Amino acid sequence: MIEFLQQLINGLAQGGIYALIALGYTMVYGVLRFINFAHGDIFMLGAFAGFYVGPAVLRITGLSPSFAAVLLVLPIAMLACALAGMAIERLCYRPLRDRPRLTVLITAIGVSLLLENGGQFVFGASPRSFPELITDRALALPASLGSLATLTITLSQVLVLGVALLLLGGLRQIVGKTRTGLAMRALSLNPTAAQLMGVDLDRIIALTFGLGSALAGAAGILASIQQPSIDPLMGIAAGLKAFVAAVLGGIGSLTGAVVGGLLIGVLEALVVGYLSPTYRDPIVFGVLILILLFRPAGLLGRFQPEKV
Amino acid sequence: MKRPGPNLVFLFVLAGLAVLAPVAGWLGPYALDILVGIAINLILAVSLNLINGYTGQFSLGHAGFMAVGAYASAWLTLQAGTPSGVNGLVVFASALLAGSLCAGLVGLAVGVPSLRLRGDYLAIVTLGFNEIIKGAVQNAEPLGAQRGLTGIGQYTGFFSAFAGAALAILVVHNLVQSTYGRGFLATHNDEIAAESSGLDTTRYKIVAFATGAFFAGLAGGLYAHFKQFIHPEAFGFMRSMDIVVMVILGGMGSMVGVCCAAVLLTVLPELLRALANLESLPPAIRDFVSNRMILYSVLLIILMITRPQGLLNFSSRRAQASR
Repeated sequence: MIEFLQQLINGLAQGGIYALIALGYTMVYGVLRFINFAHGDIFMLGAFAGFYVGPAVLRITGLSPSFAAVLLVLPIAMLACALAGMAIERLCYRPLRDRPRLTVLITAIGVSLLLENGGQFVFGASPRSFPELITDRALALPASLGSLATLTITLSQVLVLGVALLLLGGLRQIVGKTRTGLAMRALSLNPTAAQLMGVDLDRIIALTFGLGSALAGAAGILASIQQPSIDPLMGIAAGLKAFVAAVLGGIGSLTGAVVGGLLIGVLEALVVGYLSPTYRDPIVFGVLILILLFRPAGLLGRFQPEKV
Repeated sequence: MKRPGPNLVFLFVLAGLAVLAPVAGWLGPYALDILVGIAINLILAVSLNLINGYTGQFSLGHAGFMAVGAYASAWLTLQAGTPSGVNGLVVFASALLAGSLCAGLVGLAVGVPSLRLRGDYLAIVTLGFNEIIKGAVQNAEPLGAQRGLTGIGQYTGFFSAFAGAALAILVVHNLVQSTYGRGFLATHNDEIAAESSGLDTTRYKIVAFATGAFFAGLAGGLYAHFKQFIHPEAFGFMRSMDIVVMVILGGMGSMVGVCCAAVLLTVLPELLRALANLESLPPAIRDFVSNRMILYSVLLIILMITRPQGLLNFSSRRAQASR
């Protein structure tokens, strides 16, 4: 039982990261109806932004590794990723907006390959160790919990889940309460009608990319705090898993992306804990295929029949 | 004068290859490696072109089918004890056939979900299947698991590799140019219109997947018996991307373009490698050219924005079709 709870905790911490990335997939799919293959690599860019900015921030502010350092580095990396995401949209996807979906898909694959291999060229191909922004340690649980006190919960796990929840709350506010969020929702519901109502298509799409990429950047920092080894190809696996999470939750649904992310994280932890790490990826993709076969709209998505 | 039919050309090509085979033997191992690589990539690109180009489905998992063919045929020749001489040829040929059939069956299994999915989703699912196949091999002890499979007999030579390539080109060409095969293009151009004219688009998709997978399996078998060592990592996402780039660069649905691209993209990395080893170049440029994927990815993006019908596709009719 303790073993199970332990895997659950590990899985939730990993799932929080998947959830943050999955939100970007879902948001972009909502407004543009296409899967941004390059999204996982934005996650990698976030990690590398932290890699370069982190030590500089520590040096300039004179902070020792602490929560404050994380909270300083996080917005910088998020901003860098938002700019990168918007630049990609402007340069690669906007010229293709009225083209067939296949053309856009191939371009997205191209962007993804460019970021991965360009990253290997610029950052170097070998794994780097992420600077220590916060000293990770296992939290001491009160002995009154009895046998539960033997669980290991690390500071970074708490941090990941805390920041992820905070960002999700912020996103809900933006999408649910602001005029920009209203425009995003209108666009995903009916692009033509939204434009007739005065929604600026280019601006909203750019903002959606910016927002989604910022979340992926935050995920990059959080993931690197948990596992401080980063390399330019780290975005492939994380991006694919997060995509599976977005489909599992129902692509286009924000809550679905979070639920899907947490579920995939937990599933992975259980597979690794009880079966073998080599079964992790095949099982996650098996889940994707089963979902697409039996419930293509996902757990929380609405099914939209294709119209001729 | 009537042009010779494709079947006749195929026989001529086979005869020509038989004559050339001893010549290829004198070229040395490096040249042979590149030549066989060209042949294997031709098979892969032409068979993926049937799925992605002619039928308009987007598969990102071709390396998975290749893995099935490679492992199935290699396991069979190993079980047979890698005999030499005439026995060896018989064993090799039947192992290749069996491996290709296995891959074709797996293609059939992957083709069935494709009925319900299209575009981006299909791409991701085929990618998922690729990972699942890779993962299954990584966990299969009889197939060497993570260590890879070693000690495979070297049966593949110049003749068998190019005969395979010629066969793949012949079959795909005949299939697509036949009356039946017009349905592949129809499925690509407008699925709904094709469906309403009474074509069974689902069947076309499955036939395309199974045939494409069969030849990917053949390519895998030839690859395994040339390299004598196969490893699950060789059949991952990157391998699939290489094949996809060949098809896109050559022009989806253009046989000549895709064949040219397959040859070009097999030779190009070798040229880039030679360039990367030049001492006189600055290190930054040498680093840059040593990673061919940077070049490919930039090419893909620019191509899609400016010339979506493919770089080597000069047929204006096809250009219309792929739009």
